[in-house]
Amino acid sequence: MNCIVIDDEATARMIISQLCSNVPSLNVLEEFPNAMQAIKYLNQKEVDLIFLDIHMPDFTGFDFIETLKNPPKIVLTTSDPNFAIQAFEYDCIVDYLVKPITQERFQKAIDKAEAKQSKPAVITSKAEKVESTSGNDLYVNIDRRLIKIDIPSIYLVEAKGDYIQVKTEDKNYTVHSTLKKIEDKLPDSLFLKVHRSYIINIQKIIDIEDNSVLIKKDVIPVSRSNRPELMKRLNLL
Amino acid sequence: MEQPNQSYINSLSGDDKAFKQKLIDVIKKEFPEEKQVYLDNYNAKNYKLAADNVHKLKHKISILGLEKGYEVAVAYENNLLEGSMDQKDSFEAILTNITKYLEEI
Repeated sequence: MNCIVIDDEATARMIISQLCSNVPSLNVLEEFPNAMQAIKYLNQKEVDLIFLDIHMPDFTGFDFIETLKNPPKIVLTTSDPNFAIQAFEYDCIVDYLVKPITQERFQKAIDKAEAKQSKPAVITSKAEKVESTSGNDLYVNIDRRLIKIDIPSIYLVEAKGDYIQVKTEDKNYTVHSTLKKIEDKLPDSLFLKVHRSYIINIQKIIDIEDNSVLIKKDVIPVSRSNRPELMKRLNLL
Repeated sequence: MEQPNQSYINSLSGDDKAFKQKLIDVIKKEFPEEKQVYLDNYNAKNYKLAADNVHKLKHKISILGLEKGYEVAVAYENNLLEGSMDQKDSFEAILTNITKYLEEI
């Protein structure tokens, strides 16, 4: 099986590649320190199996899975056993390995992967409804001041923990709020939630690849569940 | 106090001494960086980010065979997420212990 390793920790990537080297049926094609690099790679090449860290900054393993149209088999690798229940929402996930991973436990995961037939995954999460509002201005509370933002100038809103980052033509604003709250304030004629962490201004799109869009200099992942709505909203030739 | 060891690294490396040395070198490089990011975030009172850093450091702690240290890290990560500093001193003592160990090997 051709596989790739995605983990932001160099030590973890090295250990997983070493574990793979002891299994003759595995061929590690590439290692990636973040999900975005892996997405670009997967736009070009197919793999049979992905070893995927869940806990990565900015873009988690689950975020990554949601961008894949036809996910290959995935073995999750994590230091946190608490995500196991969420992992079983995805058909593509064949096993869940808690670090540090032993060769014996690793081999069991490979046996499961080899036994599992490849099939498209059913992802259970749903895109939330986009609601429109009127008006061209949005006021955000930053350091006890209400700052006016021209709504059409916003090209991207990104969820960052308890904050959102609002990116405009001129400036970026970090606001203590949620993606859901701002989503309700933005007109759906201009904006679309393409991923659980991102809302984009569809008029600012530069180009679209399989599962990502380029807006300004930002490459934004598009969830499989949100892609049909995005495509519907575009003026396709 | 529980001392770091190379049991896991040895079991992973087998007879591959080159791999073992390379892995230790990567840990020696990555651990101080992760520790510093944790300290920076903690000192800046970015406790959620500090919890993420503790999460990342847990792997190194477990690789070095610190089973009790791992439990401390798990508890401390959860405490930070709830805004509590409980276990901070114990956790940072583990980091100091690992730092010394990595300097010696």
